[in-house]
Amino acid sequence: MSGSDLIMYEEEFSRIDEELQRLYVQTNAKVVFLVDKNGQLIASAGETRDIDTTSLASLTAGNIAATGGIARLLGEKEFTILFHEGENDNIHISLIGQRVILVVIFDKRSSLGLVRLRVKKSSEALVKIFNDITSKSEKEKSVDSFDESPFAEISDEDIDNLFR
Amino acid sequence: MSFINYSSREINCKIVYYGPGLCGKTTNLQYVYKKTNPDQKGKLISLATETERTLFFDFLPLALGDIKGFKVRFHLYTVPGQVFYAASRKLILKGVDGVVFVADSQIERMEANIESLDDLRINLAEQGYDLDKLPYTIQYNKRDLPNIAPVENMNRLLNPRNVPYFDGIAVTGPGVFETLKNIAKQVLIELKKHY
Repeated sequence: MSGSDLIMYEEEFSRIDEELQRLYVQTNAKVVFLVDKNGQLIASAGETRDIDTTSLASLTAGNIAATGGIARLLGEKEFTILFHEGENDNIHISLIGQRVILVVIFDKRSSLGLVRLRVKKSSEALVKIFNDITSKSEKEKSVDSFDESPFAEISDEDIDNLFR
Repeated sequence: MSFINYSSREINCKIVYYGPGLCGKTTNLQYVYKKTNPDQKGKLISLATETERTLFFDFLPLALGDIKGFKVRFHLYTVPGQVFYAASRKLILKGVDGVVFVADSQIERMEANIESLDDLRINLAEQGYDLDKLPYTIQYNKRDLPNIAPVENMNRLLNPRNVPYFDGIAVTGPGVFETLKNIAKQVLIELKKHY
């Protein structure tokens, strides 16, 4: 477990949330969500109630990973955009800054062109936020100021309690 | 790579079940799924072939409870065990926080165990991990079968570092939760070291 752990703070989380809300409105999408490359859901916007977002996140990451594997076999670094078209719903998946995956699910109220355009704009904003997160966690780590860390005083008992 | 979210107060960790084909990785997850409260688990997703062999992975999200006000979630994955799915297997290991190696106790599968363990080490190294430094638990599965190797022999072959190991009969359950609990504990202790 190296320094590649993703740590999300309140401030950046609301910035991400804001950006996803904006994208959701601008694209007229059904759902927009953000997943890390390992399949963990980071944030979402839209009609998520009827969707199993945890499974969707994991499968999306699997999809991106498999596509990345194909890319490397072909000598490409990565395929950054995937698009699946369904009878009613479509899904637009894009890789952002090599580390997070932005997913937009939309139907005929929107269009692929609109989604692509808006996703591109949002990607730039999201890349910036994630760069900030990285520098922030590095800074926090170096000054050793994890007052709030939930792990600092974790005991064996705490862990055992999880399994009762 | 765990994901710690201070905003929603969640900790997410990824555990991968590894091992040779037909050793019982998926069966482990199925048992965990069967025995967990509905409010603690998500859907068990299996990307499998028509003959129920794992094609890409199985996935089971588990919400265990709270530690210091943080919801602790474990994402359990299995890899496809069959040798020719090597490329897919590698992908699943991305961002892993802890590994369970499920060994098949049948004597005739010992070579497959060794091969799979080598494969694990190599694939982890490709992702920049060292098996010797990761939270790691071994399960000697299928202890109910007649033609099994003694645990001491298996330990000598598969567990030179003497990591925690458990006897398992994944179909009926013995050892399944012991294994999961042990790896979860190691992962959390590792997190504690870093933060």
